[in-house]
Amino acid sequence: MEEQVSELDLVSLVDRVVTQHGATRDAIIPILCEINRLLGYVPAAVLPEIRRRIQAPQEGMFLADSHLYSAVSFYQLLSMRPIGQHVVRFCESAPCHVVGGRQVVEALQRSLGLKPGETSRDRKWSLLMTSCLGVCSVGPVFLVDDDIHGSVTPEQVPEILARYG
Amino acid sequence: MKVLRSMVLVSVDDASLARGAQEVFHALLDEIDEFGLADQIAVTTIRDVGIHEDTPLVIVYPDAAVYGSVTVADVRTIVEQHLFKGNIVPSLLALMHELPPEVGWMRGRRGALPVQQRIVLERAGIVDPESIEDYILHDGFQALGKAVTQMAPADVIAEVDKSGLQGRGGAGFPTGQKWRFVASAPGSPKYVICNADESEPGTFKDRLILEGDPFSIIEAMALAAYAINAQEGYIYIRGEYPLAYRRIAHAIQQAEAYGLLGDGIFGTDFSFRIHPHAGAGAYICGEETALIESLEGKRGMPRARPPYPTTYGLFGKPTVVNNVETLANVPPIVRNGGAWYRKVSPSKSAGTKVYTILGNVNFTGAIEVPMGITLREVIDIYGKGMKDDRKLKLVQTGGSAGTIVPASLQDVPLDFEAFRNAGVSLGSGALLICDERTCVVDLAMSILRFFRNECCGKCTPCRIGTLRLYELMTRISEGEASLTDLDLMLRVSEAMSEVSNCGLGQTASTALRDFIKYFRPEIESHIVEHLCPAGVCPALHRAAEPIPAA
Repeated sequence: MEEQVSELDLVSLVDRVVTQHGATRDAIIPILCEINRLLGYVPAAVLPEIRRRIQAPQEGMFLADSHLYSAVSFYQLLSMRPIGQHVVRFCESAPCHVVGGRQVVEALQRSLGLKPGETSRDRKWSLLMTSCLGVCSVGPVFLVDDDIHGSVTPEQVPEILARYG
Repeated sequence: MKVLRSMVLVSVDDASLARGAQEVFHALLDEIDEFGLADQIAVTTIRDVGIHEDTPLVIVYPDAAVYGSVTVADVRTIVEQHLFKGNIVPSLLALMHELPPEVGWMRGRRGALPVQQRIVLERAGIVDPESIEDYILHDGFQALGKAVTQMAPADVIAEVDKSGLQGRGGAGFPTGQKWRFVASAPGSPKYVICNADESEPGTFKDRLILEGDPFSIIEAMALAAYAINAQEGYIYIRGEYPLAYRRIAHAIQQAEAYGLLGDGIFGTDFSFRIHPHAGAGAYICGEETALIESLEGKRGMPRARPPYPTTYGLFGKPTVVNNVETLANVPPIVRNGGAWYRKVSPSKSAGTKVYTILGNVNFTGAIEVPMGITLREVIDIYGKGMKDDRKLKLVQTGGSAGTIVPASLQDVPLDFEAFRNAGVSLGSGALLICDERTCVVDLAMSILRFFRNECCGKCTPCRIGTLRLYELMTRISEGEASLTDLDLMLRVSEAMSEVSNCGLGQTASTALRDFIKYFRPEIESHIVEHLCPAGVCPALHRAAEPIPAA
């Protein structure tokens, strides 16, 4: 889906998102997040468009594309390339680890045929590792898109993934 | 307009949902409709009910009757007897828990929920987090009204000072003192930031407050703003908490609509606005200067300090940065006075603390108890004992950056002072309880991998140190390390804690040092005998009997 966004669409998209969040410094991360949410990733082509709209030398604010690039590449919820239609994010932090996380992540890798960080050839699935998601009382935990799955056993993994068929 | 006579809350935490809370909720709606009570009774769902065996719970207000475990078959009786006829049904009430004598001084929460003392989570789970009216009915905005109409800004700071409130984000810095620094710092405008970038593994206390009682944070930020003379505030919520963000954004809108945020609050000339701000996924942004950098649209890399945010914060202006739980303590302190707050806890540290209990115990979840309770009490009373009656091996306190407490130290009281004296950090309040099946090498690897991933890369000791420590620990788990590697790790660890720029690098190897201190024989057996006593490390042999802690 991502490839079909034309350059013209990108310009109007950036227009809309910048208008919505405001052309200020503190809006930069929210703008990038919104674009990531809408497109599934932040294409490099939007960075100069954002920069043009937020640049305000009269207020002492100078932005470079590299500044935006450094921000996009830093945060875990922002992606610089297209990822799968469904994204599995497995919590690999200690609280999920001590209650059987290893077995669950192995089951996820088996079911999806993916290693951590990979996206399937058909772009249907991505398997990403994440740090603590703050739902530790029901570990092990993974997200599929925005859905939280907690207290997961390895046996439940294929059935949970099948729901996203 | 409909006049609500009663409010019914249904618990929908994970345990409740697994036992049919959804069906109970719909059955309640149907029965209430059948009895023609739909105009008089509101039914809503709550997520946090503390730790309770009798889920799902149905709580009826104003009577504060707590029913549990409620099944669909019980719903008709509750609706007919209690809601329609007004008689509480004793046979369906949840069990009241008997308290052992050593914690008898704790006051019970309203109703029959397990005994805790709740200040910051007082309303979480019993009010509708999307209704400002409900918040106001439960003492909401009284503190702000009192402050802006009857108190000078300096009085508010003095009251917080008197309470002895210490920051709940991990460092335990006195809150009143921080506010006074900013109030007296030159420069304007000044800013209030609520640090809701709760990312410490095992910690979700702030999420419960934000989701369960968002207005309390709005009120607290307004109080802080009044105290330090700020007109603008930001609440930085981690990107992984979408519900908390929605609740806070909604709460801000409602408060603005009621004139409790904006211009001329309570008819005075005090004005204050709050901007909700979502993070984009980075543990390091919980560090206050990294958070400020991130708010300014940059990589979340900590600044060199000094200058501290109290003098050079957001956009270079004096800024108060407070953790969510810290702020949640402020309205009750202003409302009831600092002296009241001091009396809550018998220990030297003031007030209550929210802990998250995790790992190999029978019940996991959040509790709020006075400072000074011991780990043994937490495990036995609130955790309901170790899972499958296994032996306690260790507890990690304060998240991944926290310390390791071996089973032999479980009677040290949990407060800032006693913990510091025992060389233990209370940190964020996460208590990860591990039984004898846990392998310390495997756990250390998981913790070090976390820091390798989350290191921001700005300073060299942390960037290289976190990577090397993870590699060395991986080698130990694969039986490829030598004994000198342990000393190398300790040297790297020492360098990191001495010269790293921020708390991440300084604390990344805290757990590692404790593992080597308390569990050296177990680690050495991986290296020398290629034997994993707990039988966890896949590349190594397994032992028949676990090696006890030193």
